[in-house]
Amino acid sequence: MFADLAQLTISGLATGAIYALAAMGFTLLWQTSSTINFAQGEFVMVPAFIMLGFLGIGMPLIFAFALTLAASALIFGVGFKRAVVDPMIRHGVLPLAIAAMALSLALQQGVKLVFGAEARSVPDILPDGVTRIVGVAVSYRDVGVLVISFVLILGLQLFLARTLTGRAMQASAQNPDGARVLGINVDRMILYTFLANAALASIAALLVTPIYLAKFDLGGPLGLKAFCAAIIGGFNQMHGALAGGLLIGVIENLTGAYFAPQYKDAAALVLFVIVILFKPEGLFGRREERRV
Amino acid sequence: MAKTTRREALGILGGAAAVGLARPAIAQQPQTVKFVNVVELSGAGVTSGTNWRDGIELAVRELNAAGGILGRRIEVQHLDTASNPGQARALVTRAIDQDPYILFGPVFSGSVMVSMAVAQEARMPQFTGGEATAITAQGNPYIFRTSFSQVQAMPKVAAYLKDQVRAQSVSIIWVNNDFGKGGRDAIMAELQRRGVRVAIDVSTEQNQVDFSSAVLRAKNANADALFVYLNEDESARILREIRRQGYDKPIIGETVLPSQQVIELAGDAANGIRGHVGLTVNAPIPAIQDFSRRFQAAFNRISDHNGIKGFFAVHVVNAVTKRLGRFDRQAFAEAMKNIRITTADAPGVLMDVSYDDKGNLDRDSFLVEVRNGRQEVVAVLPPIGRS
Repeated sequence: MFADLAQLTISGLATGAIYALAAMGFTLLWQTSSTINFAQGEFVMVPAFIMLGFLGIGMPLIFAFALTLAASALIFGVGFKRAVVDPMIRHGVLPLAIAAMALSLALQQGVKLVFGAEARSVPDILPDGVTRIVGVAVSYRDVGVLVISFVLILGLQLFLARTLTGRAMQASAQNPDGARVLGINVDRMILYTFLANAALASIAALLVTPIYLAKFDLGGPLGLKAFCAAIIGGFNQMHGALAGGLLIGVIENLTGAYFAPQYKDAAALVLFVIVILFKPEGLFGRREERRV
Repeated sequence: MAKTTRREALGILGGAAAVGLARPAIAQQPQTVKFVNVVELSGAGVTSGTNWRDGIELAVRELNAAGGILGRRIEVQHLDTASNPGQARALVTRAIDQDPYILFGPVFSGSVMVSMAVAQEARMPQFTGGEATAITAQGNPYIFRTSFSQVQAMPKVAAYLKDQVRAQSVSIIWVNNDFGKGGRDAIMAELQRRGVRVAIDVSTEQNQVDFSSAVLRAKNANADALFVYLNEDESARILREIRRQGYDKPIIGETVLPSQQVIELAGDAANGIRGHVGLTVNAPIPAIQDFSRRFQAAFNRISDHNGIKGFFAVHVVNAVTKRLGRFDRQAFAEAMKNIRITTADAPGVLMDVSYDDKGNLDRDSFLVEVRNGRQEVVAVLPPIGRS
């Protein structure tokens, strides 16, 4: 019983860590540019196909991933900001959110058109196999996903908290006018957050697609889980997104095992509704007031 | 009476001359026979549907290169159901409006079940890739299978589990759609009939991406073997999850699990799985191996069983139509009852095959095991009629 619960929790944490990577992108973009990126799931799906393209021309996995990271930063960092966010944000949050939804559909159909609708196999950077710790079967893959995700999230938190650029990014997010008075190039800081989001999404793609497979419609469910994770944890707190992702991963697994696998996808939505009803700012979020 | 002007008379003469000149051109056009293929080219069934379509395409190309059917060139149109039964039904209606000679597809049993009545009403012969038992159990005289039904295949799987794997208990993971439910009911009945206990029975959803809890439940049931009955993409995902969790009992499937497409998607995780397949490009049959080479040359990938099914269906139509000597849908449907087609008469059918009066087929089948990323045939099972 304990072994099952522990195994389910570890496996759920590994899945949740991937949700958290995508969820952090939501919070990053929201904090710095009031962007709710409903194409976040596609920002994870598309890099998987870009990587497959590089692998297809015989490139080793590590180089293919490095180039994917660069391409992703260019397309979903610089390109997304310049082509979608900058022109739309002046019209308000809602038009931008709808533009992101349109982008999500366009990316799905574009990938379907170029790569077809069939699922593709993606090589895994993580080792296969299982080890037993106190009677609990733990896969090396789960451990790898958790380690990579936590290192990334911790690294990002440290970067934001301890470096000049990171602090400038936070200042730009919290008070753009004040940041400008202090001589911070706010536009550049916002661009950095878009680049960070693109990088997180590419890494999520590298971790998730070896198991889920690369398919044009992969982004939808993943984006939804990440969005729920960000709301549950607190849309304005990075560590909230992390907690939300992990919580969803674990609750999904427990629901699937102890209730019924069919309901595991609903678990995130149920949790989402409960949080919205009783703590709308999220478990770790802080209340925000906005003038409208 | 109105008087015809010179300009009108010239116009009439010019028009008549144009029609007269055009007539020989129309007469010279080769006659065609139309097929419509309603199949899953996107959505959850895309892997099955794409292979099925390409099998049909290959057969049509080759038959057209050899002069078509009874001298008529084949025209084939592919319509995408998006793996949606409602859309499949609408497309079958649209297909019938085009008055094809034969209707092909769908492959997903759920889509077949909701659309076949439309074809039946139009007395349109329909070749399906669906395997659900109910398809041919409803007395539709126009529906014909291209593979075994679940009630034909599952006794072979259950016998294999009991006699070869020596399993006294089995966990079952299945997909909650018409295909999955039919398979689950059939295998459970066959296992119980043989005294094999079903330790756990886990249903999953179509298009599911995360199988961690389903696998863990099966693992904790501690049965002697695991039987997996899912669609292609889900089969690959679950195999990767099974390896991730270090499950070490025999994993058995029927048709889809050990298919080439699943092996390619699952990679190393597919090694060691075993199962029963009605059709495989690795069958020790030269005609099938030759088909596989031609398919790979044409589409740059290895065909799965659905590719063979599509190819086979077109060649059955060719063989039966040639026997009839005419294009007559009603006569075709009647000729299909209790027919036997041999490769000596029709090499394109790839294996000798016989149909019963309900549209079920019978022929050899295979037990396979995946070794080093390749499906290897370990035994050839005779047709049910001879076993």
